[in-house]
Amino acid sequence: MRRAAWAAASLLVVAVGLVPVLWILSLSLKSPATITDQRFWPSDPTLENYRGIFGSALFTRALLNSVGIGLLTTVLAVALATPAAYALTRLDFRGKALVLPLTLAVAVFPPVAVVGPLFDLWRALRLYDTWPGLILPYLSFALPLAMWTLTAFFRGIPWELEGAAQADGATPWQAFRRVVVPLARPGVLTAAILVFFFSWNDFVFAISLTSSDRSRTVPAALAFFPGDERFGQPVGSIAAAAVVVTVPVLVATLVFQRRLVAGLTAGVVTR
Amino acid sequence: MSRPGGPPAPAGTRPRPIGAAPGRPATRRRRRRRARSAWWLIAPAVLTMLAVTAYPVLYACWLSLQRYDLRFPDQRGFVGLDNYAAVLSAPVFWTDLGATLVIAGIAVAIQLVAGFGIALTLRRAVVGRRAVHAALLLPYGIITVVAAFAWQYAATPDLSFVSDRAWLAERWSSFAVVIATEVWKATPFVALLLLAGLAAVPEELLETAEVDGASAWQRFRQVLLPGIRPVLLVVLLYRILDSIRVFDTVFVQTDGANGTETLSLLAYDQLAGRLNLGLGSAVSVLLFALSAGTALTFLLVFRADLRQLARREER
Repeated sequence: MRRAAWAAASLLVVAVGLVPVLWILSLSLKSPATITDQRFWPSDPTLENYRGIFGSALFTRALLNSVGIGLLTTVLAVALATPAAYALTRLDFRGKALVLPLTLAVAVFPPVAVVGPLFDLWRALRLYDTWPGLILPYLSFALPLAMWTLTAFFRGIPWELEGAAQADGATPWQAFRRVVVPLARPGVLTAAILVFFFSWNDFVFAISLTSSDRSRTVPAALAFFPGDERFGQPVGSIAAAAVVVTVPVLVATLVFQRRLVAGLTAGVVTR
Repeated sequence: MSRPGGPPAPAGTRPRPIGAAPGRPATRRRRRRRARSAWWLIAPAVLTMLAVTAYPVLYACWLSLQRYDLRFPDQRGFVGLDNYAAVLSAPVFWTDLGATLVIAGIAVAIQLVAGFGIALTLRRAVVGRRAVHAALLLPYGIITVVAAFAWQYAATPDLSFVSDRAWLAERWSSFAVVIATEVWKATPFVALLLLAGLAAVPEELLETAEVDGASAWQRFRQVLLPGIRPVLLVVLLYRILDSIRVFDTVFVQTDGANGTETLSLLAYDQLAGRLNLGLGSAVSVLLFALSAGTALTFLLVFRADLRQLARREER
């Protein structure tokens, strides 16, 4: 009886989680003729909307910007945060206790608070509407995120193995490459995925610091899709674009499920 | 989007920091060299972080003290606190503060309750844990703008499979849609963190309480709640701070119409819409102060609990 109740609750959670996603998928498969049929499932599924958005430079360019900016942000953030997290886990130095609280403070401030100054600065530095113009502000949330996740992961690594390998005759470099790198890789990968999610998701900076398809990312492009239909918005195209940018999230979610959960909760789990 | 929260907690046996290893013959010179190399490892990350946040925040404070409208750049000048006086005496600021607090307050309350329920479900669920995890990670990872569109279309007459009501045409039903979206998007984060926190409450403790005749409510109040209190507080703080700056959902769904404009939207509108960097920065700084003030108050009030969490880490 009790077990059945918990199973029903699980089912409800899955349904609530999936329905909005299926709804946007359904809208993306509806033709202009059936989009107002108010049905949950498309009666006559068509790929017309997808052909439309992939045929328009507006979307493909935004997709390229999103992928490029997201990947560069991820690489930079992980490259800067990994040594920092190593030092925080393995070394002692003055001011160490201040570093993580500082990153926490950086992580929670409202992005809109720096939109004005960045707008002004970027115009002066000619960074407005460029890739670096978005990558730099993205580091403000990517770095704290990567540092927290990596520090939590590194604290769980059995570092004694590094010393043991050296005692067994490995050079420091061999010990690092053969022992430390494989141990650290899952944490680095998780941090990278989380950072990519965040830059993929950003909207505030993307609409404030870009003005053209040179650097406008998909979330920003979605909000400015030219509207000429009944609803003031091309619903089918927006839905199709929304589905396309959800695919990477879906794949990462399914492939790295356990790692992502571990990464997200790294702050509070006592492993 | 919520950010993963809380201080990292280490494994049961934390490896000793090299420089501090007691009992190991680390000479002072070696220790100093290690501290120096630690700074070389950490400086790039910390300096970049300060450059991309502290500097712009200080610059925003400076801009907020100036008359600076990009449409009339030659009238730029120092005006002291005039911008703050203008913002604080404008009714729109208080309406927007109210809208922000309504959305944040209700959304966070529902997120906590629903998140706790889901965490309990996940703890009990024997079958389909993977499916539930996947169904939680999807809303967490999905782009907020995409979630906002999905809910908006479900609330639009002629499109929606739900109802023919024009939800976004009126203030309180608009709030309902915005809050529903925020709840859908952020509850998974709360649920996963609370689930992790629940690991600190051993199953035997609950069973003993049940055998001793404690009701479900008593078990919740006296066993579960104290067990996850520190984690709950961290999650709560994160959700509050993240909700105070709510922007994406409102921008997409109402663009601030019908009295749903939030403080972030107001700042954005002044900065990017009206190109008034002085007034916009004043709103930004006030929003920043609201966040910082909330965080500080929270840390002071719950100092003891958070220290407990930190202690748990040290173990």
